[in-house]
Amino acid sequence: MNKLISSVSPHISSSRTTQKIMLDVLIALLPAGVASVIIFGARSLLVIGVCVAVCVISEWVFEKICKKDNTVPDLSAVVTGVLLAYNLPVSIPLWQAAFGSMFSIVVVKQLFGGIGQNFANPAITARIVMMTAFSGTMTTWTFPDASSSATPLALMFKGEFNSLPSYTDMLLGFRGGCLGETCTIALLAGGIYLIARRVITWHTPVAFIGTVLVMSLIFDKAPLYQLMSGGLIIGAFFMATDYATTPCTKWGKVIFGVGCGLITILIRFWGTSPEGVSYSILLMNIFTPYISRLTRSKPLIGGDRR
Amino acid sequence: MKLSGVRVPHRKNTADSIPQKLPLPETVVIPMSMHIGKPAVPTVKAGERVTVGQLIGTADGFISAPVHSSVSGKVKKLDEITMSGGMKAKAVVIETDGEQEVCESVKPPVVTDFESFINAVKESGVVGLGGAGFPTFVKLGVKDLSAVEAIVINAAECEPYITSDTRTMLDKAEYISKGIDLLQKHLGVKRIIIGIENNKKPCIDKMTELASGKSGVEVKVLPSVYPQGGEKVLVYNTLGKIIPKGGLPLDVGAIVINCTTLATIAEYIETGMPLVEKCITVDGSAVKEPKNVIAPIGTPIEKLFDFCGGFRSEPKKVLYGGPMMGIAVPSLDAPVLKMTNAVIAMDEKDARPPKTTACINCGACVNHCPLRLDPREISKAYKLDLCDELKKLCADLCMECGCCAYVCPANRQIVQTNKLAKAKLNKYLREQKAEKEDKK
Repeated sequence: MNKLISSVSPHISSSRTTQKIMLDVLIALLPAGVASVIIFGARSLLVIGVCVAVCVISEWVFEKICKKDNTVPDLSAVVTGVLLAYNLPVSIPLWQAAFGSMFSIVVVKQLFGGIGQNFANPAITARIVMMTAFSGTMTTWTFPDASSSATPLALMFKGEFNSLPSYTDMLLGFRGGCLGETCTIALLAGGIYLIARRVITWHTPVAFIGTVLVMSLIFDKAPLYQLMSGGLIIGAFFMATDYATTPCTKWGKVIFGVGCGLITILIRFWGTSPEGVSYSILLMNIFTPYISRLTRSKPLIGGDRR
Repeated sequence: MKLSGVRVPHRKNTADSIPQKLPLPETVVIPMSMHIGKPAVPTVKAGERVTVGQLIGTADGFISAPVHSSVSGKVKKLDEITMSGGMKAKAVVIETDGEQEVCESVKPPVVTDFESFINAVKESGVVGLGGAGFPTFVKLGVKDLSAVEAIVINAAECEPYITSDTRTMLDKAEYISKGIDLLQKHLGVKRIIIGIENNKKPCIDKMTELASGKSGVEVKVLPSVYPQGGEKVLVYNTLGKIIPKGGLPLDVGAIVINCTTLATIAEYIETGMPLVEKCITVDGSAVKEPKNVIAPIGTPIEKLFDFCGGFRSEPKKVLYGGPMMGIAVPSLDAPVLKMTNAVIAMDEKDARPPKTTACINCGACVNHCPLRLDPREISKAYKLDLCDELKKLCADLCMECGCCAYVCPANRQIVQTNKLAKAKLNKYLREQKAEKEDKK
């Protein structure tokens, strides 16, 4: 008599796995990576490589030491590495990039229990820590021809609207900024891919970007430049949609997106720093448990029994 | 408002397979517990000769059902077998004599009014053949008939592979038709809705033709989204009403009856032959020639697979029912039960459960639950022993349809956790109730 496996239903499952989801995110990030090499030169590849390598090694070593299951194959550490690299200036010293990568995986992700358990987005938190620790190198924007330029947000912040790049340059990404955040069309293509593949839904990005658009229209602050500047597009599609650190219900996502948009605007228009996308996402990450509780789906319990 | 669900693969390979009769097995094992409720009490002894349709177990108590012999032959012994749920049940083991002599008690019952109709349904031994096995005479024996606004005939057949209801609709449409007449006549119900998933075009055509000749009967074509045939989902999608938690369809004025159940009742009333054989879909990746097979109740399922050309590769998991809610059987000796509508044999690749990884909080389970539960929170509350929280989360509402586990990218055993959470909550609620009564 052969032995039959006994297990609880269901006995089939969809083919979707964590690894496939993360692979989709990497595919979606690819166009922006290619654009970064064109815009900022081959060094961006080096930065991306260092971030990914350090993230993966940190994850592997930490799990080895703590005798946890190796989660490197789920590709989430690779995603964190790529996202962090995209949020750094191309000229960042590699040791600083390596430090930020290690910080994102070890402190922000693993110390809170690893994948799915962290309350803050690892890449964003690491970027904020680096902004504080390495404020000089984190705000130096250089191009391959060694010229450097202020970011459009910094220009707007100083009121120098006349020196802003053209809309075309903004769309294609030829402007000062972090290496993966500047090419708007590449990021949009990736975002649409993620929505089409049902990795994310439209709610967060639309609410986030929509709020920024509406507010900059109301306050008459160059709305199109607001949308294409800073890390708004990459943040709205790739960071504010992180599963572990954002709400999962439709309305939760809308509230999260609107909250991110409002905080971004608050910082951009009236804060002391030109950019606020990272802070807005981190702050909303902290609100996520409350938003989730508020928007939890109501079980279908019906009325009274007869 | 739309209910969530999942688009499972259909795999209705056997939809065109006209049921073939299985050669008579040498032995059948007929359990006394093939329904929800108290097991039937055996009325035969070892050594006794029995004939087809003969009563071999009487219903015991209000929620129970009689059991009949599916073969003619000699009772070998009264055995105790382990059912797939782990419970022990008495079973009558019969050695067939190949004559298939019909019992003299088999004759059409006299049905004149509601009472005699319900009595006939009881005598037929019919239970919910969609898989639940709830005694049908209890379901139809409504005290206040004016409360019944509509009867929904469940012909959704939303589980992958299974086509036995499809075959009922195509091959036994006249019995469904007669069943509808019986319901209209004896229950006085004004509205009858046949709910069918849109992946069964021939059935929809056949049932629409049938309905057009009657008044008050309509066919509702439903999207092929699992679990369309789940009672709560079906009632919502046909009548727009939500069955209250812990309640029955009757709480919203509805009765739900599976199409094969209805046809079997009509057949009994016409012929007097109680429920002794079933049409079963035999399929799965390990099966050589998937087929629909008509087999006597009590047939070891191994015979069904033999009849379908045997196995193409070694079966690693065998199910009663479909892959979404089916029950894994411990061995191929497991008998065909009244509510068995399919047996699925999976090969190594299909049977091996995928590796469970960490929850990434993607919320797919939440967003696909037809009843809008939050499996993540239920799992947390279960692990932390927070029974009040489980109550708030309505863990006991879960119907174990498996959508959550199906979509989970981390392949977490969500249904298993939900089952445990339900058991924990129910125990807690019982204790709370007992405490309250003690105080009184």
